[in-house]
Amino acid sequence: MSALTLQNVTKRFGSTDVIRGVDLEVAEGEFVVFVGPSGCGKSTLLRIIAGLEDQTSGHVTIAGKNVDVTPPAKRGIAMVFQSYALYPHLTVKGNMGLALKQEGVEKSEIERRIASAAKMLHLDTLLGRRPSELSGGQRQRVAIGRAIVRQPKLFLFDEPLSNLDAALRVNTRIEIANLHRLLGATMIYVTHDQVEAMTLADKIVVLSAGKIEQVGRPIDLYNKPANLFVAGFIGSPKMNFLTGAAATKLGAETIGIRPEHVRVVPTGGNWEGKVSHLEKLGSDTFVYVAVEGADMVTVRIVGQEDFEIGSTIGLSADEGHIHRFGKDGRAL
Amino acid sequence: MSKARSSVARSGFVHLALGGYTLLALFPIFLVVANSFKARAGIFSAPLQLPNATTFSLIGYQTVLKQGDFLGYFQNSLIVTILSIFLVLLFGAMAAFALSEYRFRGNTMMGLYLALGIMIPIRLGTVAILQGMVATGLVNTLTALILVYTAQGLPLAVFILSEFMRQVSADLKNAGRVDGLSEYTIFFRLVLPLVRPAMATVAVFTMIPIWNDLWFPLILAPSEATKTVTLGAQMFIGQYVTNWNAVLSTLSLAILPVLILYLIFSRQLIRGITAGAVK
Repeated sequence: MSALTLQNVTKRFGSTDVIRGVDLEVAEGEFVVFVGPSGCGKSTLLRIIAGLEDQTSGHVTIAGKNVDVTPPAKRGIAMVFQSYALYPHLTVKGNMGLALKQEGVEKSEIERRIASAAKMLHLDTLLGRRPSELSGGQRQRVAIGRAIVRQPKLFLFDEPLSNLDAALRVNTRIEIANLHRLLGATMIYVTHDQVEAMTLADKIVVLSAGKIEQVGRPIDLYNKPANLFVAGFIGSPKMNFLTGAAATKLGAETIGIRPEHVRVVPTGGNWEGKVSHLEKLGSDTFVYVAVEGADMVTVRIVGQEDFEIGSTIGLSADEGHIHRFGKDGRAL
Repeated sequence: MSKARSSVARSGFVHLALGGYTLLALFPIFLVVANSFKARAGIFSAPLQLPNATTFSLIGYQTVLKQGDFLGYFQNSLIVTILSIFLVLLFGAMAAFALSEYRFRGNTMMGLYLALGIMIPIRLGTVAILQGMVATGLVNTLTALILVYTAQGLPLAVFILSEFMRQVSADLKNAGRVDGLSEYTIFFRLVLPLVRPAMATVAVFTMIPIWNDLWFPLILAPSEATKTVTLGAQMFIGQYVTNWNAVLSTLSLAILPVLILYLIFSRQLIRGITAGAVK
């Protein structure tokens, strides 16, 4: 049975189309990540699934039940917000127990669920504290705990890591992945960070301007992007795009090569250009090369290399690693 | 170096200006309170002098306590002020929540309509209000005053509070909705505590004009049983003779309750910062 089905969902605010006809199927136990640039409608789509926003047309089905007119609390969902959104007047325990109290769950059962969630998230010692006495990472764990105790059919995460600092983000990301393995629950996760998308997702949904660009496993999206948008959005540094003669030679309008697939050759090769900038990260070296008839081409070399700024180098790539796109931007 | 010195000079000027203004604002109050403790001759011969052995007298306060039912007047003023503040805050906050939280047709127009009351003084409608009160038999009741003052205070309350409510995190309200809280619970439990400083501001702004008002008590509720303090003090002001001792004593006494209310609200102003809800 599918955990979530969206059928031709649209949303308008006044005269602007925010969501333009989204169809999606999410299987039970799947970790699905909505990713896209800001303003692409990914958060709005999540809020429609949660019931915090009404879709203009289309249908939302959660666990086989149509929930078009069901209020958020009755949809069998739990949500984790970007700004944690803990209740300031309640303790950690109160925050986690509130929804269950509203549902009328028995007191002993509430206690049991809070205790087990607190243990899972290492919140045992913090249960008596108020949100103002917690650090950012702890608050986000409480917010996740508040979602877990409800044992929802669907977990919704709205950019849960973007308020955390870099180190904490990596830790919490791993925690969320572990949590998914442990609970086996269906999770929908919204982010603009493609690293989070690649590392967490079973399935990535790439959105742009209110439409789904591509749905697929992270590696498939990376290896076989369906169009220019996905090709440019997934992968860091960005894929290099070349148009003009270089592309026509291969029978395409645009060709794309990922920075790690471009090789530096002494002279000759497919293209030639001047080194305009160098970034040495230790593990990798990024070389930015100004190639005639194209934008800047980024080359990623594993290890530490040195080039003189302004020197001319040759570039080449295996044909197998070159993505070809037609006039309409679709992959050929 | 020069920067530090200029900032000393600047803060000196700021303090000078603020200090000067404070003196200016406090001077009339000082005059009222000081003269209320003087005998009549003392008030007229040396109004700026502090009461001394020869001029000191409690005659004003004695007159006030003997003549008329001043305790009753104080009670009326307090009832009217407190109930009006309560209603203004309750309905003002509710309207502000609706305006800031829900998208509906005519939302902006409604907000503008409610804000119009800030610019148009309610006294322009006195005749119509009086006619209405006569028709509903509310003349000479405290209810009449409470209704009028609630209407008078609402526009500013809605205006200020809706601005503050827009700043309350949408995530927090949505979290409440996902957890199954009703809109009323979200309003009373989550939103109101977070806008408490704004509520205190509104309360102070609403309270002072109500407490000091002479116009509506005089027109709508001049009976002995419903007189407010400001109206009560008027009985010592005559066309030919004014009992200054009594007038000044009444006014001195009238400062106290409103001062206490102000202190309560300003404590809220400071305490109302609820950190840690979001971020």
